[in-house]
Amino acid sequence: MSAYLEETLGWGNFTIFAIAAIAMLLISLGIVTYLIYFERKVIGWMQFRHGPTRTGPLGLLQSVADVAKLLLKEDTIPKKADRSLFILAPVLAYVPSFLVLAAIPYTETIYFANLDVGVLYYVALSGVSTIGIVLGGWASNNKYALLGGMRSAAQMISYEIPLVISVTGVIMISHSLNLRQIVIGQEGWFWQWNVFPQIIGFVVFVIAAVSELNRTPFDLPEAESELVAGYHVEYSGFRFAFFMLSEYTYMIAIAGLTTSLFLGGWHAPAPFLEFIPGLVWFALKWAFCIFFLFWIRATLPRIRVDQLMSMGWKWLLPLSLLNVFITAVYLELVR
Amino acid sequence: MIRTEELLLNVGPQHPSTHGVFRIVVKIDGEVITEATPVMGYLHRGTEKLAENLNYTQIIPYTDRMDYVSAMTNNYVICHAVETAMQLEVPERAEFLRLIVMELQRIASHLVWWGTYLLDIGAMSPFLFAFKDREKIIDFFNEISGARLTYNYMRVGGVKWDAPEGWLDRVREFIPYMRKQLDVYATLVSGNEIFMSRIKGIGQYDAQTAIKYGLSGANLRCAGVKWDLRKDQPYSLYERFDFDVAVGTNGDCYDRYLVRVEEMHQSLRILEQALEQIPAEGEIMGKVPRVIRPPEGEVYVRIESPRGEIGCHLISKGKAEPYRLKFRRPSFVNLQILPKLLVGETMTNMVTILGSIDIVVGEVDA
Repeated sequence: MSAYLEETLGWGNFTIFAIAAIAMLLISLGIVTYLIYFERKVIGWMQFRHGPTRTGPLGLLQSVADVAKLLLKEDTIPKKADRSLFILAPVLAYVPSFLVLAAIPYTETIYFANLDVGVLYYVALSGVSTIGIVLGGWASNNKYALLGGMRSAAQMISYEIPLVISVTGVIMISHSLNLRQIVIGQEGWFWQWNVFPQIIGFVVFVIAAVSELNRTPFDLPEAESELVAGYHVEYSGFRFAFFMLSEYTYMIAIAGLTTSLFLGGWHAPAPFLEFIPGLVWFALKWAFCIFFLFWIRATLPRIRVDQLMSMGWKWLLPLSLLNVFITAVYLELVR
Repeated sequence: MIRTEELLLNVGPQHPSTHGVFRIVVKIDGEVITEATPVMGYLHRGTEKLAENLNYTQIIPYTDRMDYVSAMTNNYVICHAVETAMQLEVPERAEFLRLIVMELQRIASHLVWWGTYLLDIGAMSPFLFAFKDREKIIDFFNEISGARLTYNYMRVGGVKWDAPEGWLDRVREFIPYMRKQLDVYATLVSGNEIFMSRIKGIGQYDAQTAIKYGLSGANLRCAGVKWDLRKDQPYSLYERFDFDVAVGTNGDCYDRYLVRVEEMHQSLRILEQALEQIPAEGEIMGKVPRVIRPPEGEVYVRIESPRGEIGCHLISKGKAEPYRLKFRRPSFVNLQILPKLLVGETMTNMVTILGSIDIVVGEVDA
């Protein structure tokens, strides 16, 4: 991959990258399909249920059937909606979620872009999705959707900042914004992973990341019991699917980002376990992060909007700043 | 200059958190409610008017459909009213069976409330936990009455069916199981930080306000008023049992939650004693004339349903049908405080407060 990246752009490497991107899109769609299946199974087991069992063997085709259903559904656009923005919003929400996948190093050799500003690229693009959500809420011309969209905007502002600052500690330790370099810096035993020296940053990051994903306990923009379905209440068919797709793609991405930043990426927890391929370790850590998200969804109730705001500004932000301060003092002392 | 305007938001009748076809029109400024107007009547079936053309046995299934989450207590109140008017004796075993199903119903009803309330707050698992255990109670009802929701179990002068073989033993075994489950619920939810911050201090009122609005049940007791008809105006056999009345202090959503959870524990205590004392043999139907004709006059009885004080005002002209039948429905009365509680709260708290009042729309609209 890296050899192609360093060549000048020509038809040859352009085609290769186009094919790789399409392959990645299909892979991510496949993962999302079975992520939803996995989520429904896991939450089902936690609630004394079976989850999907009927469609296909062990219910394995349930998500496929759901996607097919959404594709066949009538695509309605409300009469009073802002038509062009209504159509644009799901695209705007989905595209960045797919683009951020490029920055994540899956193994030492498998990655799509070796960006020197990888972390910044991720954070900047993931902010764009919120614009898609706000637009979707606004363009629907529905009061519930509008409330959901506004909540999403407020939530993004309160949580994007602690998220970025919590990552700053990692960047300071690794002396790099390049995700690949950050992972390489965590080689060795598992206590050399960033999660241990950066434990405060990690906790803030996890909370802020869950909030970024709009998942329980921070699923306020689509709070079903209050706002019916929030920003996507007027969406149907595949436009609705795009919103869901972007949510799940972000889950893939944030789990990948957590793995790379804090859990040592493709590295094994101990040097003598390095004979197992890096992709397996990455997948295991990634799957644990995903499972964690499902786990808290089955456990916790939803937090209130004003509590969410005060937690973001009064707790997470000072904590993440404290983390930066401690890291800076530590680095100064060590040097 | 930012121009802001009030938003008129129509919540319901089809909204996931209005617990049925209840509608509330709120004016919101940002997310803060400035005015709330409940609109009811979407489920009005005219039970009271229909009852004027039915004989007393025929009315009982209609009461099932009023508070469909707690049909047994509704059955009881109409039977109790007619029995009081006619001064009928109910055999002891029948009265015990009635009491057992009523207390089981109280637990089942509170479980539905518990699960749906947490669903309103955004936690999904407790809902399924609660319904799993409620299912066991529903199975008991299914065995004894042949129905899962609208039982039509009680009759004027007794009950329709005796307990099937082994039924009482199974209920006996259920009590320790349910106690254990209630502890599981407590560890799962009651101490949860997010949950407590969501409901503590929300929807608060004092005892005076509660009495002024005519609230009853957990909505009254949460404010510190110790008033439970089972204790203060005993009906059925409640005098014979030893139990406590759960009382709160602050009158907020959290106290309503605690009161209802404690009521489940107390119901288990009553059940335990009732199952010990129930006579092993006996009639289940008293001596009731073939055609039930209460003597001319009026009678008002009230009992403690899971939602509060359910009353039945019966006016008879000595015919087989009532001249006028009026139910005091606790859900309807308790709902009247809602507009007052909602002003100044956020949209999120609206769901929390409405859920904590515990209405059943079938009973609100009758």
